[in-house]
Amino acid sequence: MTTEREPGPSIPAPSSLAPVVADADMAPGGAAPSVIREYLSRRGSGRVADNSFAALMLLCGCSIFAIVAFILWILTARSHLSLVQFGWKFFSRSAWDPVSGDFGALPFIYGTLATSFLALLMAVPLALGVAVFVTELCPKPLRAPISFLTELLAAIPSVVYGLWGVFVLVPLMRDVIGPFLSKTLGWTGFFEGPNFGVGMLTAGIILAIMVLPIISSLTRDIMLAVPNSQREGVLALGATRWEMIRVGVLRNSRIGIVGAVMLGLGRALGETMAVTMVIGNHPNISKSLFAPANTLASVIAGEFTEATGDLYLSALIEIGLALFLVTIVVNAIARLMVWAVTRGAPVGAA
Amino acid sequence: MQPSPINVRSKAMSFHAARRAATNHFVSGLAILATVIVLAPLAAILFYLVYKGASSLNLAFFTHIPAPVGEPGGGMANSIMGSGVILVLASLMGIPVGIAAGVYLAEFGRGRMLANAVRFTADVLNGVPSIVMGIAIYSLVVMPQKHFSALAGGIVLAIMMVPTVTRTTEEMLSTVPHAVREAALGLGVPKWRTVLSVSLRTASPGIITGCMLAFARVAGETAPLLFTAFGNQFWSFKLNEPIAALPLQIFVYAISPYDEWHRLAWAGSLVLIALIMVSVTLVRIYANRGVLKGGS
Amino acid sequence: MGVGIQVENLNAWYGANHTLQDINLHIPANHATALIGPSGCGKSTFVRCLNRMHETNPIARATGIVKMGEIDVYKDASPVEIRRRVGMVFQRPNPFPTMSIYDNVASGLKLNGFRNKRVLDETVERSLKQAALWEEVKDDLKKKSGASLSGGQQQRMCIARALAVDPEVLLMDEPASALDPVSTSKIEDLIFQLKSQYTIVIVTHNMQQAARVAENTGFFLNGKMVEFDSTHKIFTNPRDKRTEDYITGRFG
Repeated sequence: MTTEREPGPSIPAPSSLAPVVADADMAPGGAAPSVIREYLSRRGSGRVADNSFAALMLLCGCSIFAIVAFILWILTARSHLSLVQFGWKFFSRSAWDPVSGDFGALPFIYGTLATSFLALLMAVPLALGVAVFVTELCPKPLRAPISFLTELLAAIPSVVYGLWGVFVLVPLMRDVIGPFLSKTLGWTGFFEGPNFGVGMLTAGIILAIMVLPIISSLTRDIMLAVPNSQREGVLALGATRWEMIRVGVLRNSRIGIVGAVMLGLGRALGETMAVTMVIGNHPNISKSLFAPANTLASVIAGEFTEATGDLYLSALIEIGLALFLVTIVVNAIARLMVWAVTRGAPVGAA
Repeated sequence: MQPSPINVRSKAMSFHAARRAATNHFVSGLAILATVIVLAPLAAILFYLVYKGASSLNLAFFTHIPAPVGEPGGGMANSIMGSGVILVLASLMGIPVGIAAGVYLAEFGRGRMLANAVRFTADVLNGVPSIVMGIAIYSLVVMPQKHFSALAGGIVLAIMMVPTVTRTTEEMLSTVPHAVREAALGLGVPKWRTVLSVSLRTASPGIITGCMLAFARVAGETAPLLFTAFGNQFWSFKLNEPIAALPLQIFVYAISPYDEWHRLAWAGSLVLIALIMVSVTLVRIYANRGVLKGGS
Repeated sequence: MGVGIQVENLNAWYGANHTLQDINLHIPANHATALIGPSGCGKSTFVRCLNRMHETNPIARATGIVKMGEIDVYKDASPVEIRRRVGMVFQRPNPFPTMSIYDNVASGLKLNGFRNKRVLDETVERSLKQAALWEEVKDDLKKKSGASLSGGQQQRMCIARALAVDPEVLLMDEPASALDPVSTSKIEDLIFQLKSQYTIVIVTHNMQQAARVAENTGFFLNGKMVEFDSTHKIFTNPRDKRTEDYITGRFG
């Protein structure tokens, strides 16, 4: 079948192909082709399967909502007794007497806030320093090993940190760090009283170690998300390295870094095992950091299986409910902030 | 005669410049110091754990259950098996749901508000303390049944795996080029078959890695098992009995007063850390191949 | 054998963007028809409306009548059924990366549940021969992955994949635009050989290519079809001034 070719750019004749088209089984309408056509035309449209599949996937997607809703519902239901008995005052009273059935969660709120604050105080500057180092100052070959180590640090289970805390940090605290602190900073009132090694400071230190990698690697991701044009623009004005970092990078990622810190806070608030093992397990509000205490998470871990009586159990579950709601709010705000800077690009799993 | 303006200025400039340079060096020093301060405890912890763990580890650790209190020897074989049982249960329940949710986000929900809400909720759920999950499942399963069980332990870990698996599955499916899906759709392959045989198949190395990550993460969890699996000093072969789990028993032994149990705790920690290291390393390998953005 | 395509009052939208406006044309069976026009004029969208690939985009919409042979593409069949009768080759080769060459070519059949091994073997061989790729890959069919071939080979494999399902119509959206000149000319030879068995619609940026392989040509501009006629007429004596401007290179 030839077409008339018009003059113009010279049209080459089709280059010679092996005349495979002449083979018998490839004649149009030959046996093999129409078997296929017939088979395919008998296949259904797959509409039912497609719709069922899509529905199943949607259902599983909504399972995430179901999980959250379920936890909220069951915790509220089971803390009913305590909710009815104590109302809002539950969170402002500092009694905790299982024998007489008098419960108030204030000491645990204090413990949680104090240890988390201590942890962030120690961890945030260090985490920022590491992030700045790794992204801007670090020689290339060191970059991967350091971030690998950071990731490893983040993945070590809480109970292992607790084990280390019990046998290494607590004696260290009792014999070395504690006496040193009360000698030098005892006048502040934060380092008074007997020091058995366990207490809020120890818990704060372990928490700091645990949240540091998260804050550090998230901050690093956020700093990396700042486009290079920002850095170059500041450098072109004659800035030193640090000024470039401060103005070109940190200023742009302020919100994201706050978000990263909040995610670290969220982790610190809910951290259970390591804290339980080194905090001393005492419902106590004290100014001294050497004093034993308890956090919302550690009181549940420590007393749940020994809770006698429905009211006791209900009070503990109510504490769990409070912990649930607080961490959800903190995490939600933090995620929004991080998202605002990285525009939804996945930035590390929690 | 005018004073030479250049000289005056250069003196002020050089002072200012010197101060800026000094600040620069100072801050760099701080950053390096911070990095060292961070890496030092890690090195110390790891070194100590390996040292203590290695000297406590022997073959009996993997084959024996704990000896009666006060007697030497014994191991954590029952804890290892118990962890295995719980993790298998958890994986069977959690991974399919997680992958399906990830498929929904990547293949059916692109750009839809519901999908954005699911994604956000999954991220937030990842940050909920595991002990909260533990008491929720306690209330759901243990209280009505009136006993602790491996099943309850499996359920709580399954719930914890779902958000992680969902997000990593979604990320991996997003890396499948749209052109490949179009090729299948253009051939008249129905969407469900395209998702299963093309999208999931192409992304499967990364998805498997994501599942491994979730697995390793829940393998080290103790708090949720405190009130679900509860722990057991002996072998347990029934799903509705309390069962030992490695991190759980490490906790119990660590806070006990017996030296022999402390030794078991150290050895057990080493095993856990080895598991973590293997999984993080594997993820890194895939990250270097560009399949899984693990952050490098 | 191929079938003719009748298009009446086809309109298409991407969201609020009215990408195709009142397209009317008849594409004759067993001929090659080229669609030319500047970037963004809607020719790719048009072709995607023919096999309802346009619908895979959630914000896309189309109205009008498209008939392939006797069948109204939008009313008488589902998208999946239509796409099984129409083969499509895309601008960039898109082999399935996890499948071997054999599995790639057979994918249109295997993924639709076809199991007969003998027919599959024959079909793969036939299609690869039609795509002029058989000699180059016949020893590595199951050993090499589809993605390990060169660009030109991948595109020919994609053509083989489209041909394996024995379609009645073959749609090609700028099939050679991402390829080197040697591969391009091989693919043009292919089209020349194939058009007696299938109805071929080829979108191209390259006017010389249209002139080389197609009997009929349609010129698209800004979502409208300006002119549709035999290739000879379009290139020597177009009726519309806009066509002439485009042919002579005044724009686009």
